[in-house]
Amino acid sequence: MTAHQTITAPEAADTEMMSGAEIVVRSLLDQGVEVLFGYPGGAVLPIYDALFAEPRLRHILVRHEQGATHAAEGYARSTGKPGVVLVTSGPGATNAVTGIVDALMDSIPLVVITGQVATHLIGTDAFQECDTIGITRSITKHNYLVKNVDDLPRIMHEAFHIATSGRPGPVVIDIPKDVQFGKAAYQGPQAVTHAHDYRPQVKGDAGRIAEAVTLIAQSRRPILYTGGGVINAGPRASALLREFAELTGAPVTSTLMGLGAFPAADPKWLGMLGMHGSFEANHAMHDCDVMVALGARFDDRVTGRLDAFAPTSRKIHVDIDASSIGKNVRCDVGIVGDAASVLEDMIAAWKAMRLSVDKTALAEWWKQIDVWRARDCFAYTPDSKLIKPQQAVERLYHHAKDKDVYITTEVGQHQMWAAQYFRFEDPNRWMTSGGLGTMGYGLPAAVGVQIAHPDSLVIDIAGDASVQMTMQEMATAIQYDLPIKIFILNNEWMGMVRQWQQLLHGERYSHSYSESLPDFVKMAEAFGAVGLRAEHPGELDDKIAEMISVRRPVLFDCRVTKEENCFPMIPSGKAHNEMILAQEARDLGSIIDDAGKRLV
Amino acid sequence: MPDPQPASVYDLDHKAEVENLATFAVLVDNEPGVLHRLVGLFAARGYNIESLTVAETDRNAHTSRVTIVTRGTPHVLGQIEAQLEKMVSTRHVQDVTRDPNGLERELALVKVKSLGAERVEALRVADIFRARVIDTTHESFVFEITGAPNKIDKFAELMRPLGLVELSRTGVLSITRGADAL
Ligand SMILES: Cc1ncc(C[n+]2csc(CCOP(=O)(O)OP(=O)(O)O)c2C)c(N)n1
Ligand SMILES: [Mg+2]
Repeated sequence: MTAHQTITAPEAADTEMMSGAEIVVRSLLDQGVEVLFGYPGGAVLPIYDALFAEPRLRHILVRHEQGATHAAEGYARSTGKPGVVLVTSGPGATNAVTGIVDALMDSIPLVVITGQVATHLIGTDAFQECDTIGITRSITKHNYLVKNVDDLPRIMHEAFHIATSGRPGPVVIDIPKDVQFGKAAYQGPQAVTHAHDYRPQVKGDAGRIAEAVTLIAQSRRPILYTGGGVINAGPRASALLREFAELTGAPVTSTLMGLGAFPAADPKWLGMLGMHGSFEANHAMHDCDVMVALGARFDDRVTGRLDAFAPTSRKIHVDIDASSIGKNVRCDVGIVGDAASVLEDMIAAWKAMRLSVDKTALAEWWKQIDVWRARDCFAYTPDSKLIKPQQAVERLYHHAKDKDVYITTEVGQHQMWAAQYFRFEDPNRWMTSGGLGTMGYGLPAAVGVQIAHPDSLVIDIAGDASVQMTMQEMATAIQYDLPIKIFILNNEWMGMVRQWQQLLHGERYSHSYSESLPDFVKMAEAFGAVGLRAEHPGELDDKIAEMISVRRPVLFDCRVTKEENCFPMIPSGKAHNEMILAQEARDLGSIIDDAGKRLV
Repeated sequence: MPDPQPASVYDLDHKAEVENLATFAVLVDNEPGVLHRLVGLFAARGYNIESLTVAETDRNAHTSRVTIVTRGTPHVLGQIEAQLEKMVSTRHVQDVTRDPNGLERELALVKVKSLGAERVEALRVADIFRARVIDTTHESFVFEITGAPNKIDKFAELMRPLGLVELSRTGVLSITRGADAL
């Protein structure tokens, strides 16, 4: 819900005349931007020219525009600030498309500036012309074609406002070359009059909040189910979540995107839920009587079979995006608002209403949860000769956990193992492509994270197939001296595809073998990075320690068992309590019915 | 009683539920691409558009009013409203159908070709519906009629056996009774 009125701006103080290109640069500075990720070309040359003379803006030259968008996402997700991208028209813009969709799906604030051919050439199929705003209209939160340089200051500032407020997302600003050359009076963020009065609802409805906390107090088997929205609401939301969990004594689980909002070390943490989530999290979701969804959107990877999703529960759904409430799952109490603001009000209401939980019931609930926990769902059998992928992540975690560490991932089995075996205590430490599931996300995202946190340990937990999608960004890491660690769980397969083919397609491994893999160690060296390889469990610890200690980019080729599957798993079309553990996984093909096989 | 959840999100097509027509009045910022964005939203999410009208209504405020008639289950209509609200260019959304003060009107131009008794009857029916004759030849009339959409449906239905050869409709416009404005 958005309240709209016309804003009247204060007296325009600043009326300096500038070129469009200068306006772009000045607006970025006034928005507090320090870094942008980009790639030049004919249609953005005036902006690049303006950047040339601007030492306060750091431009990171990527090797592919997709890399720029993912790097900006990594930067945004690890700092809470918007990521900024600058690319040229035509192929520059189309190459950026994947990252823009990725940011939309995972609610990452990006401002993407694209060059465009001169206004009089638009529509003539000019060289490197493409309909950028047409192409990006459905993949952005909002987009603009700037036809008049006078509108540029307003659009620049408005874009940042839209990208960062409400449910965050990408905004594209398409700027024709003549507009970059044109002159106009600059206006700062406070002076511009927004054309859109975009003011999303932040504060939740007090009546519903009271209703929600009453429900929670009456519950016998509560659960907090949190998502990326808690991370997006800032560190305060994570702190409030901890406080609320403490008050209610409720167990906490989260989506893939929400990892880190609640500390893994807390006894109330159940681990991630969903298709490859923990046994205890999924069973607790299934059996709960009151579910509090905070900044999570009941994605199909989370709910499993919908008609058996938490069948005995009353559902409270808190989300900044009204369209997420009741979209996939009907809820009893829907609260539109920012996770931090609503949590704060819930805590206040809980205290003001002097609510308390039924301690006996809660103790019973925890007893049941401990029974599920005792199943030890992430157990695996180590091998004396070969490295198990789970073991690799476990050892990596062991070496990294006391460091100031940030993790990114690619997409596949390694991503799930990273989510299962790496443990996060704080928000903004975990960067992964959840909604779109973009292979090739992790390496450039690591570049963006490392730019923001030059002295931290930044690791991309990668797959052998995914890493080849954006491998060229290693050169970016070298150029800017970014000591990112690319830790490849090399199983010589598109492992997640192979797993599905094994379980659902009669072991017909159609085109999923990673044929002709490059020698990653030599490849690292060719880039000027460090290449390391571990083949035996015995050398794993030393090699990981070496990787962490070198202050240079590292490509780590961790050879793992090739045919390992990712468990536990909720087979497609099944309910949370029909989760399958590794030990029971022999004949999964017969467990998933035909209807299940049709699902993604 | 709420409808049971289907087995999977992939089955969330709500086929079993009854579909209703709904008219939404949407006040949007009048800027290039806004209509594309709105129509694209319907196309991308598989919503129906039964009729669509749009025109600038306030030049100074740069706002256009879109009236969109769509069809869906209560759940889908709720989603449509939420998705319309979510567009950055949207200033206000009103579900005219569910508003007891909602008024809907449409204008139609109807060409009827007939002779003799049918021609006389067409004129008589037009008179009952308060349709105006805006063009005539010895063998045809063009009528202009305004009214609620179902009145126009009814008029067209009666004209069909009397020689209706062409029908042009504006699509639905809406406003609410009383002093309050959108
Ligand atoms: C860009 C893109 N193309 C295709 C896919 C489909 N896909 C999902 S996982 C996967 C295999 C990933 O292989 P790898 O990176 O080696 O990871 P593993 O599963 O082996 O750990 C593929 C092809 C995808 N997610 N993204
Ligand atoms: Mg692999």
